[in-house]
Amino acid sequence: MTDTTIIPRQDEASFGDFFALLKPRVMSLVVFTAAAGLFVAPVSVHPVLAFASILFIAIGAGASGALNMWWDADIDAVMRRTSGRPVPGGRVTAEDARNLGLALSGLSVVMLYLAANLVAAALLAFTIFFYAVIYTIWLKRATPQNIVIGGAAGAFPPMIGWAVATGGVSVESVLMFALIFMWTPPHFWALALFMNEDYTKAGVPMLTVTHGRRKTRNQILAYTVLLAAIAIGIGFSGIGGPVYLVAALGLNAQFAIRAWMLWRRDEAAADADGYRAEKRFFGLSLSYLFLHFLALMAEAGLDRLGITLVEGW
Amino acid sequence: MAINREHELHGRRKGRNLGLGLVLAAFVLIVFGITIAKMSGGAMMEAYDHTVRPSLMVEDE
Repeated sequence: MTDTTIIPRQDEASFGDFFALLKPRVMSLVVFTAAAGLFVAPVSVHPVLAFASILFIAIGAGASGALNMWWDADIDAVMRRTSGRPVPGGRVTAEDARNLGLALSGLSVVMLYLAANLVAAALLAFTIFFYAVIYTIWLKRATPQNIVIGGAAGAFPPMIGWAVATGGVSVESVLMFALIFMWTPPHFWALALFMNEDYTKAGVPMLTVTHGRRKTRNQILAYTVLLAAIAIGIGFSGIGGPVYLVAALGLNAQFAIRAWMLWRRDEAAADADGYRAEKRFFGLSLSYLFLHFLALMAEAGLDRLGITLVEGW
Repeated sequence: MAINREHELHGRRKGRNLGLGLVLAAFVLIVFGITIAKMSGGAMMEAYDHTVRPSLMVEDE
């Protein structure tokens, strides 16, 4: 930690406090995208091995969450959104969070190797390293590009799921990675637009803090356009198809229009209605990602059932 | 003050111990499940064991 923070230990932790260290809400997104990556792959996996693989990918993600809570306890204590977490709340010591994170990192990587293969395990190990060391320890406090680079950590799960099934990396898995990678900046910067004070207080160099909200709105629009190109491009790849393409066109049109609306607003207008458009954009970004992966899974499901909607696709 | 007095803290510890016990039991089941799945998929069941094992030799060598 960059400076000392004394957090008084209040009482003994419950089982739920340790579970909370694994960031269950982030884990649920990881489970979903990893399962999607595994399901859309053209190789079928034994259901028990698929279940075990997704479980250990989720535990690996949880382990990096615990490491993040160990290192960021000082930031979390200052920000309203995170001040109730187990470490700043004084229920779990930072050392316990670190130890749990390290132990589960090792366990999840070894178990994923045994349940799946070396490529998937190596990707998981790299993801944990990337999130805990590159993002949390190094870049988060150093650069306003923290969100862009940190987004890569969240983008790996579908790639790991794909590797569990195929034992390798391919164009399709890189495209799924790119989809989440490009989605993360607009998603988080929309949050930062209405949570700015928290980040300012904690001294995290969010783009909204270092370059102002005007620049952030420009960046959101730019990334949304790039994101749309990738999202629609996936429709023409091996995992795409008519169902996905229709969904992607609809979702991206909606997302781009909302990004355009955010870009046109200024802070006076945003203040006047309590950042309503920004909050709605953030909410939409969640269903945006969910529905894209759901459409990919629907496409794979139709394929498996042998149903062709458009001849010759 | 009796030494076996129940405290709220004991309840929380019991919950933690119970939780950890269930997690370990689940882990055993998963490892067992992986083993069965791998073996029914025809995975290699024997490996190098510090001594020559004829069953591991490639035939027609």
